[in-house]
Amino acid sequence: MKQTAKYAMLAASFAVAAAFGSTAALAQAKKVDAQAKEQFFPVLSYRTGAYAPNGIPFANGYVDYLKLVNARDGGIGGVKITWEECETGYATDRGVECYERLKGKGPTGATAFHPLSTGITFAVTDKAFVDKIPIITFGYGRADSVDGTVFGWNFPLGGTYWDAADMLVQHVGKKEGGLDKLKGKKIALVYHDSPYGKEPIALLQERAKMHGYDLLLLPVTHPGVEQKATWLQIRQQRPDYVFLWGWGVMNSTSIKEAVATGYPREKMYGVWWSGAEPDVTPAGDGAKGYSALTFLAPAGTGAVHKDILKHVHDKGQATGNKEGFGEVLYNRGMVGAMMTVEAVKRAQIKYGKKPLKGEEVRWGLENLAIDNAAIKKLGFDGFMTPISTSCVDHRGDSEAGIHTWDGKQWVIEKGTKLVADSQIIKPMIRASAEKYAAEKKIVKRDCAKEAG
Amino acid sequence: MFYRENGQFKSSYGSDQQMLPILQDRAFMFGLLAFAFLVVPFVVRDYVFLSLLIPFLILAVAALGLNLLVGYCGQISLGHAAFMAVGAYAAYNLVLRVPQLNFLVVLVLAGLIAAAVGVLFGIPSLRIKGLYLGVATLAAQFFMDWVFARVKWFTNYAHSGSVQTAPLELFGWTVDSPVEKYLFLLCVLIVFTIVANNLVRGHIGRAWMATRDMDVAAEVIGIRPVYAKLTAFAISSFYVGVAGALWGFVHLGSWEPLAFNLTLSLNLLFMVIIGGLGSLLGSYFGAAFIVVLPIVLNQVPAWLGVPISTAMASHLEFMIFGALIVFFLIVEPHGLARLWAIGKEKMRLWPFPH
Amino acid sequence: MKNMIGKEGPFLALCAVLLIGLVLPLATGASAPGFYVEVLLGGLMAGVLYSLVALGFALIFKASGVFNFAQGAMVLFAALAVARVAERIPLWAAIVVGIGIMIALAWLIERLVLRPLVNQEPIALFMATLGLTFFLDGFGQTVWGSDIYKIELGIAKEPVMVLQSIFQGGILVNKEDFMAALVAAALVASLALFFQKTSTGRALRAVADDHQAAQSIGIPLNRMWVIVWSVAGIVALVAGVIWGSKLGVQFSLSLVALKALPVVILGGFTSVPGAIVGGLIIGVGEKMAEVFLGPPLVKAFDLAGGGIENWFAFMLALMFLLVRPQGLFGEKHIDRV
Repeated sequence: MKQTAKYAMLAASFAVAAAFGSTAALAQAKKVDAQAKEQFFPVLSYRTGAYAPNGIPFANGYVDYLKLVNARDGGIGGVKITWEECETGYATDRGVECYERLKGKGPTGATAFHPLSTGITFAVTDKAFVDKIPIITFGYGRADSVDGTVFGWNFPLGGTYWDAADMLVQHVGKKEGGLDKLKGKKIALVYHDSPYGKEPIALLQERAKMHGYDLLLLPVTHPGVEQKATWLQIRQQRPDYVFLWGWGVMNSTSIKEAVATGYPREKMYGVWWSGAEPDVTPAGDGAKGYSALTFLAPAGTGAVHKDILKHVHDKGQATGNKEGFGEVLYNRGMVGAMMTVEAVKRAQIKYGKKPLKGEEVRWGLENLAIDNAAIKKLGFDGFMTPISTSCVDHRGDSEAGIHTWDGKQWVIEKGTKLVADSQIIKPMIRASAEKYAAEKKIVKRDCAKEAG
Repeated sequence: MFYRENGQFKSSYGSDQQMLPILQDRAFMFGLLAFAFLVVPFVVRDYVFLSLLIPFLILAVAALGLNLLVGYCGQISLGHAAFMAVGAYAAYNLVLRVPQLNFLVVLVLAGLIAAAVGVLFGIPSLRIKGLYLGVATLAAQFFMDWVFARVKWFTNYAHSGSVQTAPLELFGWTVDSPVEKYLFLLCVLIVFTIVANNLVRGHIGRAWMATRDMDVAAEVIGIRPVYAKLTAFAISSFYVGVAGALWGFVHLGSWEPLAFNLTLSLNLLFMVIIGGLGSLLGSYFGAAFIVVLPIVLNQVPAWLGVPISTAMASHLEFMIFGALIVFFLIVEPHGLARLWAIGKEKMRLWPFPH
Repeated sequence: MKNMIGKEGPFLALCAVLLIGLVLPLATGASAPGFYVEVLLGGLMAGVLYSLVALGFALIFKASGVFNFAQGAMVLFAALAVARVAERIPLWAAIVVGIGIMIALAWLIERLVLRPLVNQEPIALFMATLGLTFFLDGFGQTVWGSDIYKIELGIAKEPVMVLQSIFQGGILVNKEDFMAALVAAALVASLALFFQKTSTGRALRAVADDHQAAQSIGIPLNRMWVIVWSVAGIVALVAGVIWGSKLGVQFSLSLVALKALPVVILGGFTSVPGAIVGGLIIGVGEKMAEVFLGPPLVKAFDLAGGGIENWFAFMLALMFLLVRPQGLFGEKHIDRV
């Protein structure tokens, strides 16, 4: 009897699951009918797992801006924005599943993806060729995808890791009184052991050959809470500078270990993903003096934040629990959303004010021209630098500053404006893109022809 | 009423040795295959292919392989994703360095290389057993993760440590659309199932099972434990290595060592245990269950229009997944395959109660 | 005596090789003595924490024969509970509340997971604890959140220089690390007392020796399980609080359990001293390997960075297992047909 009851229970659970599935399918079918003048934005986010402290503010900023555009402007050119979040947990396989899940949603499919993980970027890059959906990886992703003739769908807007690494070398060179003074110096790279952390190595090695500094590579395994040995090595080798290329809980752990081993924080420089509030606050006072690159959006609030408060937060529409409002990563998420929206706006000029396909949005991304006046008009004054892209150059201009944590907030170093040296990076991009094209048997685009 | 085997007599050795001795089973199997080959490709959306069916088919091959080791030979491995990684990177390097090889040859070679590595890490099984062995196989997991992340040759000096592959080509057939991938993988799975089925009912399978049930007793009746355990590791790793190559080339197309991490190993083990230890059918059920469940759980709230955040949905997914695993282990510790068997028993009598 | 050396020959040889490896950096002058001591201390400190997690594994395996993969998830859960509760009330009270939560959790686990699964294969029980891991990870983050939370023990984090007179450049030590080691030692001592001196402790040991015999003399098995899971929960809580105060309390804490796995195979699944000694060996071994063996390896094979500590611990444990299958302190097991 007991046996029967057990199986009855099992059968019942299966039945419930089946019922769930079928009603869900019906509900979905109904939803599709209602869609009309809508532009669908997929949102790959991570609000759980080891990288949640960084993923949450970014996703909040991104979605809050989309809400603002709907509430304040009534969408983009009258086309309402719709979106759906999908939790990747920073895991590549889940990210790919999210991509597949969201790419076909909305009347015209996904507008553009922000994978928010270099690993996911690598995995979906191939898929984008087939699906014709732009992959925006601003400030991360594949460094070689600047080359739009090979990577037709990737947009590392505003900078890549090669740019970032180059800027950091230039910066410490300046501190030493000239790049030639780096000879014989020792630079340690403490990096997240994933494609993200490994990307800058190629450039740092290239620069090491030019200037004669020693490069010490210290990988930290995911998720990065075990760094004792890493910092013991730093204590032993006493590098002149430490570049930090971490993400999530790894960043704060690095700073804590630096405190524990007595490495001066003033000699530590983080990439722009290692320079946000969740990276330093857990380390308390120990983080004082630590610097990182700023990328586009530093911390603080501006005109656009007032709009968000007025149109979104005050109406009780805030995303998440308002975590991170006005913080570095929140603002970066906002800028990410804004650039995507601007690309759609730009494409609407050519294709009309209707829901656009990924391919049409790509045209917008390739003809992005956000100048200072436009930035001011959008309320992003002080949160980004002008950017303009083309079919060949999918990155646009790349410029960053340095900000330092003073124990309370990020303080921008006045007058520091870093621009990567394209003389070094360009040949590297070309070589790497050629290799990729050969491996994948890709036919290069002819940009001159497409323009004409 | 319909599922009755009386009246079906075996009158030759051939019919006694058939893989599906009962007529109804054969009919069902052919029906299923016909459905899989002729109906599914026309009715299923791309999303279902890419996110559900293709991972399912590949992981079913891997689960078959792991089941041979854990379910039939009784040796626990927590590091099988490492052998998937070996297969994937072996295939990558073979394609890269010997481009004229046919992909089927590459698959077999990748499987063989994985088998060799599997035997190497299987050697401790001669000294230690049970969960001790399970934890010891983690050494394979972490060591292989490290090797592929660090030794640049394996990734062809890619600066990010991530490798890419070109679309598959088989005798001039480019396997790149979801349907083509699905059909190709389906064929692979069928071949591997037939081989596995014949292995486990042959002398080698019997040697494995004797070792599993009691290794000392097996030794007494003349089964060499070295032979039984190491062949199990070799063949299991071969399966898993092939699955790894397919996972890399057909499913991912571009991967990093993290793609074959401990989570995947644990998922493989879940598959064989939830599906049913020592049951080939169970490997299918387990693979389907583990592939489909998290994805469905994650989307149910959205489908039902329940307004909860993705964070909440993801936490719930974890909780329900964990609870369901425990629930299944409690309700049916012998796995889904056992449920199937019970269902079949009932079918014999249906619709009469006795 | 001679026979013993013959039997334990490979084991002794392995120990000798490891010892030589241990002193090699110092003997060859590859490292300054001060730095060497620092690495040693760093390894011991890490080892103490591994020991704490491994202790939880060993306790549960000893009493209920379950290989509890969820130990790491319990560490995270306990730490999250303490960190979040401590935001409202003083830390000591939060720890008391945390202990209460862990006991309740132990009771629930016994009721809902262990009791229905009694007499199942070890692997089924192991997989059940894996399921439990998923559940606790999800549940913990739902209830307590997934940000980084702080536990302030009120110990200075800045390192201090000591022994400058003996070693050139002195040795950097952290007060926090020493406190952690002290707490761990106290915990182990009290656990030892608990097992040796109290009647519950004796009953637990009886259960560990033979379930059926213990039951037949009237020891309530179910209650013993609740107790041992509670104790493991409290050990997890201590580990979580110490680790959390060092690194911050966040989801990734649950992954430290993986670090304790080589410790338990090295020390033997059932041995409490094994967990302690094993933890220290693994801690020192992996830090030494990373710092002194890693760089030459990288140079010799042109690797993309070191990071050998992740597998070194497992390889070390594996080598020990090959020469001593029962682990360092495990009981020898004889099979009969």
